[in-house]
Amino acid sequence: MKQLLAILFENEAGALVRVLGLFAQRNVNIESLSVAPTEDTTMSRLTLLTLSDAQTIEQITKHLNRLVGVVKVINLVHVEHVERELMLVKVCAEGDERQEIKRTCDIFRGQIVDVTTNTYTIQLVGPTAKLLGFLEAIGRAHILEVVRSGTCGITRGAKVLSAGPKGA
Amino acid sequence: MTPMLTADEMLVRALIDQGIAHIFWHPGGASFPYHRALSKCEEIAFVLCRHEVGACHMADGYARATGRPGVVMLTSGSGATNSITGIANAYMDSVPIIVICGRDSVGHSVATQLDETDMIGVSRPVVKHSYIVPTANDLPRIVREAVFVATSGRPGPVVIDLPRSAYESTVKYEYERSEQISLRGYRPAESGHTGQIRKALEALLQSERPVIYAGGGVIQGDASPALLTFAECLDLPVVTSLMGLGAIPGANRLCLGMLGMHGSGLANNAIAHSDIVLALGTRFDDRATDDPEQFCPRAKVIHVDIDPSSISKTIIADLPIVGPVNEVLNILIQLANDKQELQSKRNVRYLSWWKQIDDWRQQPSGEERHTKESDSSNRIHPQDVVQTLYDETRGEAFITTDVGQHQIFVAQGYKFSTPRRWVTPGGLGTMGFGLPAALGVQFAVPQGMVVCITGESSFLINLQELSTCAQYDLPIKVFCFNNGTLGMVNQWNQIQGHENEFLGYAESMPDFVQLVESFGHRALRATSLDELKQAVYLAFSEEYKNQTVFVDVWVDPNVLVLPTKKRGSGTSTEVPVDS
Repeated sequence: MKQLLAILFENEAGALVRVLGLFAQRNVNIESLSVAPTEDTTMSRLTLLTLSDAQTIEQITKHLNRLVGVVKVINLVHVEHVERELMLVKVCAEGDERQEIKRTCDIFRGQIVDVTTNTYTIQLVGPTAKLLGFLEAIGRAHILEVVRSGTCGITRGAKVLSAGPKGA
Repeated sequence: MTPMLTADEMLVRALIDQGIAHIFWHPGGASFPYHRALSKCEEIAFVLCRHEVGACHMADGYARATGRPGVVMLTSGSGATNSITGIANAYMDSVPIIVICGRDSVGHSVATQLDETDMIGVSRPVVKHSYIVPTANDLPRIVREAVFVATSGRPGPVVIDLPRSAYESTVKYEYERSEQISLRGYRPAESGHTGQIRKALEALLQSERPVIYAGGGVIQGDASPALLTFAECLDLPVVTSLMGLGAIPGANRLCLGMLGMHGSGLANNAIAHSDIVLALGTRFDDRATDDPEQFCPRAKVIHVDIDPSSISKTIIADLPIVGPVNEVLNILIQLANDKQELQSKRNVRYLSWWKQIDDWRQQPSGEERHTKESDSSNRIHPQDVVQTLYDETRGEAFITTDVGQHQIFVAQGYKFSTPRRWVTPGGLGTMGFGLPAALGVQFAVPQGMVVCITGESSFLINLQELSTCAQYDLPIKVFCFNNGTLGMVNQWNQIQGHENEFLGYAESMPDFVQLVESFGHRALRATSLDELKQAVYLAFSEEYKNQTVFVDVWVDPNVLVLPTKKRGSGTSTEVPVDS
């Protein structure tokens, strides 16, 4: 089951590895993660995508809350939220195919951010499913390299994730 | 004016400011610079241990007996990694210890210098929190935070890594005493939800077969007096976990003893037939619950714990209450006292339930049955040792143990009258804990009667601390249940039908009396019940009172710990005595 955790934690050495250790010690793989400082640079925000059952993720969430360096944790799958991911993909684009690839890129609202005589580097932003759909449309044979940022998520509406009291 | 101190003076000063009176240490190259200040310090007693894990177990015993944090100072590399078992043990049993390690420097690649290990990385899964000190100026704050984190909420170990790159040994730094704690990510629950507590009381009043299940959290949270008051107020029976022994006086009518794999039939029957369980400060360990599906199958579970991650982990709580057990119990007592009708009904509550419990109480327990069967053996029965010690110490000794049959015999037989006297490695099952823990307890309670009950296999794991014991003249009494075998392991082999896989080493045992005497201690041997009684009498006599006394007790190796349950068999089914 897909779980998407948003975690606010201290932006300091060693804090991230404490968070990740809780997944590793339960043999839970992390599908993607994206982390950077927030508007308050003393804090980092991590969005972490994992596949796990509800009970396991509840235990992990409780243990995340136990960590001294973790300020706030929510599971975005339980709330209305927006999620986006950025992907850079380098494709082989030669001859007649250049036009076709450009058109596919436009359909997916991608941008070509680097060009050579036989490649395009395309930037695409959207929900993960859209990025995977684009790769499908381009065709495996054309793909030279893919880099994905990992999913970022934020709740819809006025509610914000901030350094208030921790939830249980 | 702010005093100017060198980094080593600063560390010691910060510890003094936190009320630290004892430090258990083992020095080495990387910790050498700050050891100079230690020798000059008069406010803190420095205990030089023979092994780092011994130092940790001492700090652990010290903390369990008092509730104050136990502090350990070590060097880098192997000095630090040797402490891991001690730290993990404290982590599993939620004991506040602080382990300060030296390190050459941070920044250079790890593990290229002599005696270097990433101690923070190695200890990460078994600490509550850890720090690398960035600069000497941070020391007062970090020490203050470490003590706060270790002792508040659900207590646990904290590691501080102090690299030499954080300070110049000759430079003086401004010492600013740290008062404020600002940890936005750490706010342990201070009180339970009143609405939930109210519901809990109603549920208890409406129930017919209630049981209180008290865990180590009652002891750690100093909630024993409140527990007794509340249990008496509603006339509630109390069972305890291994870690909860002493939460309620063992001889009290309300106390049904320990539950679980080796628990009393009475406690297990009560839990199995209950319609409501009020669980206090316990994590429903598998040795207590066995198969969660079959644990108190008809009961509603109210779970009070300061740590939300303990709630609904193995047993789903119908009514969770996150908060310190003591606060929650005090609110329960207050709510109960406010109810007029409670006062008049005090003696008629749960009448048929108590009648059932008293019927169970009359039945012979598994322990007694087995005692009779092994009468033919002329070696000492382990339960007789526990009983003799109990009679001699009137249930008031501080008892430390290791792990195995001896541990369970004490848990079943020694009725602790007060909390914090039962010091046992419950969660990690650490053989080698008992002796150093006894030293730690004796440092904390110099006038206390401290007894280490151990097995010969466990004792051999950390016997080097007998030398520490000699150095500091600690009058602990050690009773070593010697059956020449890994008793509990063999018991399991036997129960599971692998009798031929007997693990014995009776032929390669040292002469324990000579061994212990070589450390300068009194050592006695007991091969019969009469000799045992004589040895116990001597150990606590005027003549030997102020000395370390070791008694090599030759117990019957054929005695099993009973009752016992096969795993997965549920709370109320025992392995038959003749299996």
